[in-house]
Amino acid sequence: MPTSDPATGERADPTGGYGVPRRLWRALDRHRPPGTDAVTTGWRSPLRGPRLTSVYGLVLLVTLPLVIVTGLLDYAAYSPQFGQAFPVDVGWLRLPHFDWPTRPAWLFRLTQGLHVGLGIVIVPVVLAKLWSVVPKLFDWPPARSVAQVLERLSLLLLVGGILFQIATGLLNTQYAYVFGFDFYTAHYFGAWVFTAALVAHVVLKLPRLVTALRSRPAGAELRTPRAATRPEPPDPDGLVPTRPGPPTVSRRGAVALVGGGSLMLAALTVGQSFDGPVRRTAWLLPRGHDPGSGPNGFQINRSAAAAGIRPADTGPGWRLTLRGGGRTVTLDRARLLAMAQHTARLPIACVEGWSTTQTWTGVRLRDLAALAGVPDPAAAHVESLERTGLFRRATLQANQVRDPDSLLALRVNGADLSPDHGFPARIIVPALPGVHCTKWVADIDFRTHG
Amino acid sequence: MGEAFARLRAGYGAGPRHLLVLLLCFVVTGWVALRVAGEATAGRMLLWFVGAVVLHDLVLFPLYALVDRGLRAAAGVPRRPAASVGVRPAASAPGPDDAGRAAVRLALLNHVRLPALGAGLLFLVYLPGVLGWGADTYRAATGQERTPFLGRWLAVSGALFLLSAVVWVIRWTRWRTVRCSRDPAERG
Repeated sequence: MPTSDPATGERADPTGGYGVPRRLWRALDRHRPPGTDAVTTGWRSPLRGPRLTSVYGLVLLVTLPLVIVTGLLDYAAYSPQFGQAFPVDVGWLRLPHFDWPTRPAWLFRLTQGLHVGLGIVIVPVVLAKLWSVVPKLFDWPPARSVAQVLERLSLLLLVGGILFQIATGLLNTQYAYVFGFDFYTAHYFGAWVFTAALVAHVVLKLPRLVTALRSRPAGAELRTPRAATRPEPPDPDGLVPTRPGPPTVSRRGAVALVGGGSLMLAALTVGQSFDGPVRRTAWLLPRGHDPGSGPNGFQINRSAAAAGIRPADTGPGWRLTLRGGGRTVTLDRARLLAMAQHTARLPIACVEGWSTTQTWTGVRLRDLAALAGVPDPAAAHVESLERTGLFRRATLQANQVRDPDSLLALRVNGADLSPDHGFPARIIVPALPGVHCTKWVADIDFRTHG
Repeated sequence: MGEAFARLRAGYGAGPRHLLVLLLCFVVTGWVALRVAGEATAGRMLLWFVGAVVLHDLVLFPLYALVDRGLRAAAGVPRRPAASVGVRPAASAPGPDDAGRAAVRLALLNHVRLPALGAGLLFLVYLPGVLGWGADTYRAATGQERTPFLGRWLAVSGALFLLSAVVWVIRWTRWRTVRCSRDPAERG
């Protein structure tokens, strides 16, 4: 029975909590579909309530921004200023353009590994958070005002967004393109829909999270065993069940269960970002596979056969064409091998989250630029022999050409590159996404302007 | 100004901040929708977006809730609030033995739930690998053949169940020892 509070006037609620048009909302409230009451009183878990929801919410509040930011950074790593990051046309939905650095060399390995790894690790937390608030979905009336309709709509975007991002991300990292749409477009724009809904949700719900977490010291909750676990006091959101059953686990137990799930996923995922025996711990991921032995025994992301590279293209007849400042220089592999060779130990990391470090030997890109007559290029456009792939060409920024470890690699781990690793020559640049380290290079155009 | 806010609150149902952040959220979504609408596969994307929610809320959640109910029924752990399950024993006064037996049943339930959740989680996350999807893409990418990870998933899941069972047996043995040493006459 809401009564007026003359002191504030604001708490006074003669509307019964309904917005305009009140008659509509009231009628909706009265016309309860059959079974609504059974559902409302049927929730049993004494664990459900704002406090448990807030614990999961807090974990996501810390981790999701990391996943979002590393995702945006990964887009930036593809140098979108050259129109080569996918999707190409994103308007103002991107970070400001900047030159992706070449140092530290493990930068992309870190950002992409974090993006994919964290994205997998938070899956149990997301599922637990959704479990904790699921009674809201079956609430009646679904809304009492336009405000609540809009908020519910934003929740659809929030929940749809996170599930869509998780599903497309998981499928992409495991090579299952069953969705039938372009992954980059879907995952990039899906991220923005989700992020917008997340920001709205955090702005609206953060005060509630803080109140819920402050309502009882975390230490007290951690010391409460199952037998002493009690339902929370009734909350305005109706998460606490009206007729709770006996507890079968404590709250700390529920949180530990979710944390354990995350740890298990982490243990089965991090291996794909490391070399050596650790890699094999990624037991259920494609990149935990043994890629073979020998100097060329490391991960391949596009085989020569799939790229349509014929042995004739890469035989003695192969020539590298360097362009720049109106000049064209043609080199065969012997000429390249006769030039000053530089060796660098650099990681190569893929958008799918896996990475590996190898020892590359070849000619510095800046030496080739000088040979082409453009000692200080603003960019370099690299073309592959490959004719069809999305990544058969890539443009490198000035800092990426100039880095002393940026190479046109001819050898790896002391042996010639294998056909699958880009023989006769491939690009390797510190901190550059793997697919931009063009394989089977045919042509490099050093440009004086971006 | 204050009066305008009060009117907004009464009519709209929330304050100006609420309206503002939600409008921002819908502006971004609308802009994305316009951008994506030109794609030939826009319909599929929408289907997957909404489908993900429907699949989670109306299939996955009811499914695991139902399985859990079945497990509880099988283990004989009550779901409903009952007088006999509260803090205090009811008038029918189940003895300490009943309470002990209930604790064992509950432990048994949790020792099934835990590995089942683990196995389910692994199946969901590594689904494409477990079912061997994307073998063609994988071959094109790596030049290697890929065998489905079904066996591996079964092995990890089996290990979870086994581990849980071992821990349960240890707990159960301990519980029995404690009970028997407390009440040697009961052993008969």
